[in-house]
Amino acid sequence: MSHGIGVDISFFLLAALAVYTGWRVFCTDSMVRASFFLLLSFIAVGAIMILLTAEYLGVAMFFMMAVEMMVMALFMVMFMMNPAGLNPMKMVHQERAAIVAGVIAFTVLSAVAVFSGFPDAPLPAKHAPVVSLGLEMLGDSMLIFESAAIVLLATMIGVVVLSSHRGRYGAADVGSMPPGLAPDGEPAGQPQNEDEDDDEGGGHAHHH
Amino acid sequence: MTLMTLLLLAAALIGIGLYGALSQQSFVMLMMGLELMLNGVMLAAVAFWAFSGAGTPEGQLLTIIVMAVMAIEMAMGFALVVAVFRAKQADMTEALSELKH
Repeated sequence: MSHGIGVDISFFLLAALAVYTGWRVFCTDSMVRASFFLLLSFIAVGAIMILLTAEYLGVAMFFMMAVEMMVMALFMVMFMMNPAGLNPMKMVHQERAAIVAGVIAFTVLSAVAVFSGFPDAPLPAKHAPVVSLGLEMLGDSMLIFESAAIVLLATMIGVVVLSSHRGRYGAADVGSMPPGLAPDGEPAGQPQNEDEDDDEGGGHAHHH
Repeated sequence: MTLMTLLLLAAALIGIGLYGALSQQSFVMLMMGLELMLNGVMLAAVAFWAFSGAGTPEGQLLTIIVMAVMAIEMAMGFALVVAVFRAKQADMTEALSELKH
């Protein structure tokens, strides 16, 4: 594949950006910022795909990762104690072993990249990547494509099953009650039950 | 931009992702490590497609399948995070020392 010097320069800039932002994901204090660094890394890789003339994949990567990382940032805000990075944070375990594993993976894969001989079969000169991908997906590889759709459907069902088994205030099969506004107080936002004794002290364990 | 430099970049992304997936305590950060590894895998697939696959469309299809795997991993991962958080109020891997709650 022949390309100009501009493509080379942009490739090296984008590669440096992808590696740098990928590394920053794991050493920034703010988890929201970490998800945006990961988004930047994905966008750099998507731009490299466009440089490689895989336009459809590159653009799909932009759209998919933009949405995915927004969801990830949202989850960070929901669950993590330190989404904004106001405190220094280092939540790691077995860090030494992890660094060794990462370096070994990089070394082995780089050795494969440098020392093995891959067939040299570049893209043909008159090549329409998007058209050929579309014809492939709706032609010979349609079964694979449709299987991916079925697996995604199964994933959606599985996600709903996993995440909606319990209600907001506890398991669904014991009756869910919202917590009181004060400790041991009446449940918030619920209509009062008339036939219930007042001196019961707010114990609502036996609701039906 | 040669096949070798592209594969080196993919190797770097996979190495960083492996470090993150093994070292992070928070579930969501752990998933970010897995995503970074899949990022490298997709880049390597597109690089092979462009430089030694003569532009066969199956190479691009492989990348699309990896993207679907990535979406599945994210969705299932977040569902599990929600389920674990409801059961144990936990968002760290250390909090899950036993299987049943």
